[in-house]
Amino acid sequence: MQESEAKGQRLIALFVLGCLLFNYPVLSLFNVAADAFGVPVLYAYIFAAWMLLIALLAFAAESQR
Amino acid sequence: MLQGPVIVLVAFAYLGLLFGIAYYADKRADAGRSIIDNPYIYALSLAVYATAWTFYGSVGRAASDGIGFLPIYLGPTLMIALWWLVMRKIIRISKNNRITSLADFIASRYGKSALLGGVVTVIAVIGILPYISLQLKAIATSYAILLHYPEISMPASAGAAPLGADTAFWIALILAAFTILFGTRHLDAAEHHEGMVAAIAFESLVKLLAFLAVGLFVTYGMYDGVGDIFARVRSDSQLSRLLTPLEGVAGSYANWVWLTILSMLAIMFLPRQFQVAVIENKDERHLKKAIWLFPLYMLAINLFVLPIAFGGNLRFPDGSVDADTFVLTLPMAAKQEGLALLVFIGGLSAATGMVIVETIALSTMVCNDLVMPVLLRLKGLRLAERRDLTALLLGIRRGAIVLMLMLGYLYFRLAGEAYALVSIGLVSFAAVAQFAPALLGGIFWKGGTRNGAFCGLVAGFGVWGYTLLLPALVRSGWLPASLIEHGPWGIELLKPLQLFGLAGLDQITHAMIWSMIANVGAYAAVSLLGTRDPQEARQASVFVDAYLQGDTPGAPFWRGTASASELHRLLTRFIGADSADSAFREFARNRGLAWPDSKENALQADANLVYFVEMQLAGAIGAASAHIMVASAVKEEALSIEEVREMLDEASQVIVYSHRLEQKSRELERATEELRGANERLKELDSLKDDFVATVSHELRTPLTAIRTFSQILRDNPDLEPTERARQLGIVIRESERLTRLINQILDISKLESGNVEWNPGPVDMKEIVEDTVAAMSELFKEKNIELYKRVPERVPLVTADLDRIVQVMLNLLSNAEKFCHPRRGKVEIALSEAGGFLRVDVRDNGTGISFADRELIFERFRRAGDSVADKPHGTGLGLHICRRIVERLDGRIWVESGGAGETCISFTLPLAR
Repeated sequence: MQESEAKGQRLIALFVLGCLLFNYPVLSLFNVAADAFGVPVLYAYIFAAWMLLIALLAFAAESQR
Repeated sequence: MLQGPVIVLVAFAYLGLLFGIAYYADKRADAGRSIIDNPYIYALSLAVYATAWTFYGSVGRAASDGIGFLPIYLGPTLMIALWWLVMRKIIRISKNNRITSLADFIASRYGKSALLGGVVTVIAVIGILPYISLQLKAIATSYAILLHYPEISMPASAGAAPLGADTAFWIALILAAFTILFGTRHLDAAEHHEGMVAAIAFESLVKLLAFLAVGLFVTYGMYDGVGDIFARVRSDSQLSRLLTPLEGVAGSYANWVWLTILSMLAIMFLPRQFQVAVIENKDERHLKKAIWLFPLYMLAINLFVLPIAFGGNLRFPDGSVDADTFVLTLPMAAKQEGLALLVFIGGLSAATGMVIVETIALSTMVCNDLVMPVLLRLKGLRLAERRDLTALLLGIRRGAIVLMLMLGYLYFRLAGEAYALVSIGLVSFAAVAQFAPALLGGIFWKGGTRNGAFCGLVAGFGVWGYTLLLPALVRSGWLPASLIEHGPWGIELLKPLQLFGLAGLDQITHAMIWSMIANVGAYAAVSLLGTRDPQEARQASVFVDAYLQGDTPGAPFWRGTASASELHRLLTRFIGADSADSAFREFARNRGLAWPDSKENALQADANLVYFVEMQLAGAIGAASAHIMVASAVKEEALSIEEVREMLDEASQVIVYSHRLEQKSRELERATEELRGANERLKELDSLKDDFVATVSHELRTPLTAIRTFSQILRDNPDLEPTERARQLGIVIRESERLTRLINQILDISKLESGNVEWNPGPVDMKEIVEDTVAAMSELFKEKNIELYKRVPERVPLVTADLDRIVQVMLNLLSNAEKFCHPRRGKVEIALSEAGGFLRVDVRDNGTGISFADRELIFERFRRAGDSVADKPHGTGLGLHICRRIVERLDGRIWVESGGAGETCISFTLPLAR
């Protein structure tokens, strides 16, 4: 039960983080007409943040502690 | 290569392959070696979320909106982070209660309400119809486009074609047949469709691979990588605005947020998602992998959406090609026949996966929560008495599948043409989002009531119909356009697309805001204002406290009567004889009993068995129907509010119990104390009895010894002097008299103690008795030289007493006084006086006196003042005891006073005669 609870709380924290990353105003910071690695900044940001979130989710969900 | 027959053949071959996979998985499941009990398969089956909408529609949306398609996939990524909290609980609840569908879940939560299950089913069916029509449209369109290869032309409007020549119609029929084969070949008591899940997981792989293939081809085959595509877009004045699509207007971010929320709810409450995520889940630990694998899948399938969309925009700049078809038309334009066919199969995968799972889930709901509760209530059908209902259940489900696809087709004909794929799908998302308050509220808030859930659902769905369904029908020309432009009856405030004047938002956001306000508001308000019945309260507790329950919650709540064979018959009718038999055998074995009955350990139809049967039935026909059926078979006694409260409030029960326990232990302590006292007393009495026997023997031996000794002397010395002879004979007589007296007294005591004395109470003259007894004793007193005084008034009132007994008392007291008074100057005084309704008699002597401690003692048997068996030559030790018994029996009192200086006064009182 202890493990489940810690896992649940970490995942909730990631949910909050995700809500911040994919929302106004953070999103508006990247909504500019510029490129990063040949890709518009907004698209590069969203996919990078998405991958980061998935990696964190994997870590939180699979961790044994 | 891409002629019609080839395409059809490949499509059927693909469906055949799917069926083969499903068949294999079912066989493995029957053999107990499930292949879907695996977190990777579970995550892949969740990807049934990606339908033709994702496969074709995302590109279409991206081509016009840029990044606007993404919230649909970001939402689930966020939501799945909460699954450990929310979905795990839903899965646990569903397994404990053998939930078969979304409608079953909500109905079950709110007191197994058939009405609520029906409402949820109706909302789900109507809400999902546009979504099914979307799949039909996607397959029909992609087939039509592929058929014209190498020419790229958009198919004519579907509404124009006659029914028989319309591909979509035939596709609907084929999918219906295929779904029936998949989902309703036989009836599974647990509603598990392992074959279907395996096939869906395979389809998820196919559509992902197909999409990645076309993405890679477009990006690196047709263009020079991602950078190249974006560079070209930037140089195009028309398209460059798509690169920063989130313009600074409030509406844009609001739409983004609401689309995210909408898809967060859709990933949980679409009937097909609920089916694969909850009902088909084999182990809640699979969630751990699914939590990151599923978002990863969505990321992968979205990577190339933008390159394909922009590639399409660049390739077909004149708008002649529908952006929804770019995925297919780009490979065709590049003359890649094989890739185009793969895309078609990928799209088919996405669409069939959705249709199969969705219609199976909906048919279960229609059967269990809409049709069966009605049929079971129709007494005229006598359904409850039919022997075998499995065929009927399957028939209803098959009918529901066909009906659903035909309705989907109808919607496609009526309204589908006017909208892009994504817009159609979002309408369905908004419909299933209406389940969120009732379901999420239901598992975290005990206060949610059936009426609240009902009102919330109806209100939310009503607003959905008004703001989304109505405009769709208007746009298709089925209702007058003035309804949208000026509102009904010309009331501007009620315009369906700008309700109460809320403007500047897109249609979906607008509808979501109003429907959620109505839904949540009604749910919360009605719940807070209303009350719950016991059944609701019990279910609320079972759901909200799911983690606190064991594996079989609820069973102890049942009270009633039933017979095991009746329950077995009931189960047989719904799930067949074999399944029912094995279920009963297992249940009996788990409890160390036998089924079929053997005499010694027959299966009792107790609460556990009834609950077990209801759960088995719930697996086949849903909680609401199962409840009705079991209620018909057993006589359930209604639970009162008080009882339920008592059962639920375990804590208070324990407190009450421990209170009782404390009380009991206190009583026990008291009883032990009393027992110990009684034991002490018994021991004392026992030693007293021993003393008594010893004393009696001793007292008897003394005179006997004297008598024998003097008799021997007289016999052995015949020549004794006459005076001496007379003296010795006198002693023998005196001792005999003493012996007689002693025996008389012992007899008296035993008579008094056993209550065998005859009492003759009557008026007695005490003065006379004193005179008589003193006269009787006077000789003795004279002999011992004792002075005797009487202080008796002139007139003495009569007392109520027994004459003979009182004489005995007086004689006893006088002979006592004679024995204990001063040996040489003895003095005894008798006094009579009257006080307070009693006559008092005092007998005073001038002997050794009695110590304070002995004052009570002397009235007990064989107790004399001074004690010790050795030094008590006088008396029997019974006299005073007899006196006390007599006086107290005559309602008087006897006591001793010692005035010090060797004076002793024994007094007693007797009541005056009336």
